[in-house]
Amino acid sequence: MGTSLTPEQITERLSKQFGDELSVYLPPGERAARVAIVSRESLEDTLSFLQTEAGLEFDFLVDVTAVDYLHFDDPSIQERFAAVYQLYSTIHNHRFTLKTPVPEDDAWVPSAVELWGSALWAERETHDMYGIRFKGNPDLRRLLMPEDFPGFPLRKDYPLRGRGERDAFPQYLDSGPISSGTREEGGGE
Amino acid sequence: MGLEKLLGDNIITTSVNSVAKWARKNALWPMPFGTACCAIEMMATLSGRFDMARFGAEVIRFSPRQADLMIVSGRISIKMMPVLLKIYEQMPEPKWVISMGACASSGGVFDTYTLVQGVDQFLPVHCYIPGCPPRPESLLDALMKIQDIIGEEDSDDKADEGRENPEIETEEETEESASAEQGVAEPSGS
Amino acid sequence: MSEERKTPDRPAEAAEQSPPQELGPELLRKGLAADPEYRGEHPEPRFFFTDEAEDDFGGKTMTLNLGPQHPATHGTLRVILKVRGEKIVAADTEIGFLHTGFEKLSEHMSYQQWVTVTDRMNYMSAMNNNVGYAIACEELLGVEVPRRAQVIRVILSEVSRLADHIVCNGLAGMDVGAFSLMFWAFERREKVYDLMEAVTGTRLTTSYTRIGGVFRDVPADFDSMVKNLVTEFRRFLEEMRSMTIGNRIFEDRMRGVGTISSADAVNWGLTGPILRASGIAYDVRKARPYSGYERYDFEVPTQEGGDSYSRFVQRLEECEQSLDIISQAIEDLPEGPVLSEDKKISLPEKDEVHQNIESLIHHFKQIMFGHGILPERGREVYSSTESPNGELGFYMVSDGEMNSYKTRVRPPSIFHFAVLPKLIEGLMISDAVAVLATLNIIAGELDR
Repeated sequence: MGTSLTPEQITERLSKQFGDELSVYLPPGERAARVAIVSRESLEDTLSFLQTEAGLEFDFLVDVTAVDYLHFDDPSIQERFAAVYQLYSTIHNHRFTLKTPVPEDDAWVPSAVELWGSALWAERETHDMYGIRFKGNPDLRRLLMPEDFPGFPLRKDYPLRGRGERDAFPQYLDSGPISSGTREEGGGE
Repeated sequence: MGLEKLLGDNIITTSVNSVAKWARKNALWPMPFGTACCAIEMMATLSGRFDMARFGAEVIRFSPRQADLMIVSGRISIKMMPVLLKIYEQMPEPKWVISMGACASSGGVFDTYTLVQGVDQFLPVHCYIPGCPPRPESLLDALMKIQDIIGEEDSDDKADEGRENPEIETEEETEESASAEQGVAEPSGS
Repeated sequence: MSEERKTPDRPAEAAEQSPPQELGPELLRKGLAADPEYRGEHPEPRFFFTDEAEDDFGGKTMTLNLGPQHPATHGTLRVILKVRGEKIVAADTEIGFLHTGFEKLSEHMSYQQWVTVTDRMNYMSAMNNNVGYAIACEELLGVEVPRRAQVIRVILSEVSRLADHIVCNGLAGMDVGAFSLMFWAFERREKVYDLMEAVTGTRLTTSYTRIGGVFRDVPADFDSMVKNLVTEFRRFLEEMRSMTIGNRIFEDRMRGVGTISSADAVNWGLTGPILRASGIAYDVRKARPYSGYERYDFEVPTQEGGDSYSRFVQRLEECEQSLDIISQAIEDLPEGPVLSEDKKISLPEKDEVHQNIESLIHHFKQIMFGHGILPERGREVYSSTESPNGELGFYMVSDGEMNSYKTRVRPPSIFHFAVLPKLIEGLMISDAVAVLATLNIIAGELDR
């Protein structure tokens, strides 16, 4: 068991390595942990640095998700989306969060599948829910919604109750007795 | 059954009818369509403490071809609905449907883009069980209500529904099929 | 479909609601989806874990479907198998049959209301989800939880963990043919239900935690109920061991089936009993203690094999550790409040609300839209707890409103299910069932 680093120390190491390409964001509130924000271009380098550098060694990708900042002006993220990576090191027992801004009209991010296999399905779900493409992910099909579902559900401009997809099924009212007469048609033909 | 055509409505066919109804209701073979938390309560109902086997519904067969009671327990999403419809189609007549829990009956807590707000929009449901999840006693009560429904309905009406054979169309029977549309049919003859 | 729903919607979202639909029968038949081409297609299976998938073996392979309605799939999953005789050449999976949109709902429900939704995720152990979510909210808000509430949470979480593990093992036994295990496990689960019903009011979907503590205090005979439960479960674990460990048939079915190496387990994001059965001793209760776990003395067992048998044994070992924790915790239960005294967080007692004007104002402010629990704008937190399946994480972003801006649930089952196609290649169909059983995939958590 090595020493466990705080997010401040990890962001220091990252800043030493990457300098300008990285910005650090401290969310409000006491006991908040620092979040590093990297640009899309340097994301791959940052992630592989975090995985291989001695003392950091993040060998466990806990989660990949995204946030849609359409209704919320976060000062640290200028684009519409941000892809969020949660990392953990089983060797040193420290955690870290990394964010990448993703513009709306050119929504792609390089995939982390080469580094961690758990990115395979986490990115698939993020793509399914937000529509962000992960370049390099070999299996970017929809995960939770049907394949031809029109729209990306977790985006802020998609309504909670959907656009009628949940009602588009045929009825089977004419086989067998009907339980109640409250239907407009009055039951079986 | 063809016996009514040969013999008409008399004591023999009504006795055969009532024996058939008695056999059907006391040996229901459920097809558990369990998706979510209600499925766990259904499994608890099938287990030792609340034993569903004592009501005759012991033979749980996951094959729809061999079942006559479908228990829809759990939330049905838009991806699962075609599966549910296909399984319902595969069940042979006569069949009954219990909609167990709030999600199957009406969408429950979840009024979202992906959940069907009640399977009764697309399937005929014979008994609804409220609860989230309902207690196993509620499921047993629903089973007993289905047994009552089976005991009271008439196989004549089931067979005649949708049939266009003018021979069978008598005044008595049009009355009976009209009452069948409202739910529980009166037993024919007495 | 009525517009006046029970949850507080933000006024800005009136525009984003779908247009009111007159659901007459003819509209139902035609289908009302925004895209007329929408049919609800399933994705094409892609067997990309194996290179042999393209080889047809001279036309001798057959593509079969396991699920989504199948007695062997625990929940609504679909596994597409390419088999050659009885042997699986390649596999692909499809999920999403229980997707309910929990995360989207969290953006419309207040923080306290979403507790009821967390029950329905991992419904085998609802308390663990409640506790995990409450801890994430408490980190978001910076709220302290009184010690009595912490200990109660620990006891009930461990009891839920027991219930989940024994049912997983019971169903694993049923899947390989030992049918009795399932019925015995469900009978013991009924005893857990008795305890849950006495404490929380319902059997399965408890919704017991609130932000700042638990909903209400435990009954007077809680102590004796828990101690009886512990004795009963120690006896039952002995029974389960005697039925399975050393049983030649059981071991033959489960040994060497679905082996995961420790490097693979870490790379693929597996957590919980599966990771520990492959040799890595990572337990969130030890790595990042929460809710007072650092006060209890328990071990993190690991196994060497990484196969289905190791996972089965691992769950039994973890049940033993849970019983130790419960025995320690029940002695440790202090007196005191069960809900935080902070009036901005916890609802006051009902009789005070009826008699006291300050309590009435506090009650009003918490329930009415626009007031209530308001974290700081821009605050975000990722917090994880150890659920019976693994690391259950909640990533929450707040924009200062009463509803969460984003809640992401990191379910352990989704990463476990991702490796299934890799595990069952080369096995027989019945071995695939045994692997699926020990992975303990809960569809409610997988799909949310």
